[in-house]
Amino acid sequence: MTGSGAFGAGLIGALTGLGGGIVIVPLLTLACGVDIRYAVGASLISVIATSSGAAAAYVREGFSNIRIGMLLETATTAGAIAGAGLAALVSPGAIATVFGLVLLYSAYLTLRPHDVDATGTRADPLASWLQLAATYPTPEGPRPYAARRVVAGYGLMFVAGILSGLLGIGSGAVKVLAMDRVMELPFKVSTTTSNFMIGVTAAASAGVYLHRGYIDPGLALPVMLGVLAGALAGARVLATAHPRYLRLVFVAVIVVLSVEMLFRGITGRL
Amino acid sequence: MSEQHERLEEAIGTLLRVGVVSAAAVATVGGLVFLARHGSDQASYGVFRGEPQDLRTIGGVLRDVLAFRGRGLIQLGLLLLIATPIARVALTLIAFSRLGDRRYVAISAVVLVLLLVSLLGLPS
Repeated sequence: MTGSGAFGAGLIGALTGLGGGIVIVPLLTLACGVDIRYAVGASLISVIATSSGAAAAYVREGFSNIRIGMLLETATTAGAIAGAGLAALVSPGAIATVFGLVLLYSAYLTLRPHDVDATGTRADPLASWLQLAATYPTPEGPRPYAARRVVAGYGLMFVAGILSGLLGIGSGAVKVLAMDRVMELPFKVSTTTSNFMIGVTAAASAGVYLHRGYIDPGLALPVMLGVLAGALAGARVLATAHPRYLRLVFVAVIVVLSVEMLFRGITGRL
Repeated sequence: MSEQHERLEEAIGTLLRVGVVSAAAVATVGGLVFLARHGSDQASYGVFRGEPQDLRTIGGVLRDVLAFRGRGLIQLGLLLLIATPIARVALTLIAFSRLGDRRYVAISAVVLVLLLVSLLGLPS
């Protein structure tokens, strides 16, 4: 039951590019009546599994930027530990409310069309000092790019880490926002580097959750296996399906979930 | 840089695959052991109680594994999974130090320390 639900979550996560966590936590809390702290713990485990599995494939394609990833991971891991600490201090209702808002925002980001890359090769001085410039493969050969507004991107990454640690999600949407919009990196570089970073971010908060006894083996195992299988199946389906049509359907699902999470969070019925 | 970079990416890819597959395999064996012994028990996650002490620390999990307890084996698989990205950061740190890139050795070290403190707990 939990396993098949997690399979669906992994499938939806892979098809929408949102990752499994954003679906698994509402599914466990709303449909299965699991306490949100157990749900977040199990979700973090599934996030590490899918991110590591996907990154193993992406890293060899040459899109992800290891320097940018490592630099920004100092922000996301610190944020994740802070977020996991925060999870112990606030009520489950407050966590559900924040979760609902993040879900709504993710739905919006998924629907918004992606503009043409505004990538330039003009780096800011800090980005040059940190050697963040690189090239990425295009059909016309390697294309150079540079990073801008490193400090602002770094700050947003800290926020992404907090959300990840508090809600048990990968916060891929916020990470891509920081790299694609703020630092003006190419979209493909942003998404693959984000995926690369998600596992490290989730591992930072998973340790804290484990010590606190929020990670239950009986729940985390079916969730992990289900999400992994779903993500693998999703990658297959994605090659043949029409992502645009699928997205609309899934965004509708996410909006319903977020309204339900907000309602339960605010009324404290969890 | 580029050839070394490719080798690093190759090594990271292999590490991640091995980590995920072995974690899933160990946890699945644990799940089977657990199901064989407690298959008919009714789980309840609606009420939050927190896990028993032995499932919260690495030492406790290892003791459970030696006793061949299903839940301990699952938890070991989960620990392997959490350790996979940590090993990735360690591998990247080594690669940066071979490149003589001190700046990124320091940056990788910060990430590694944060991850280890989180996993092992602060010494108290």
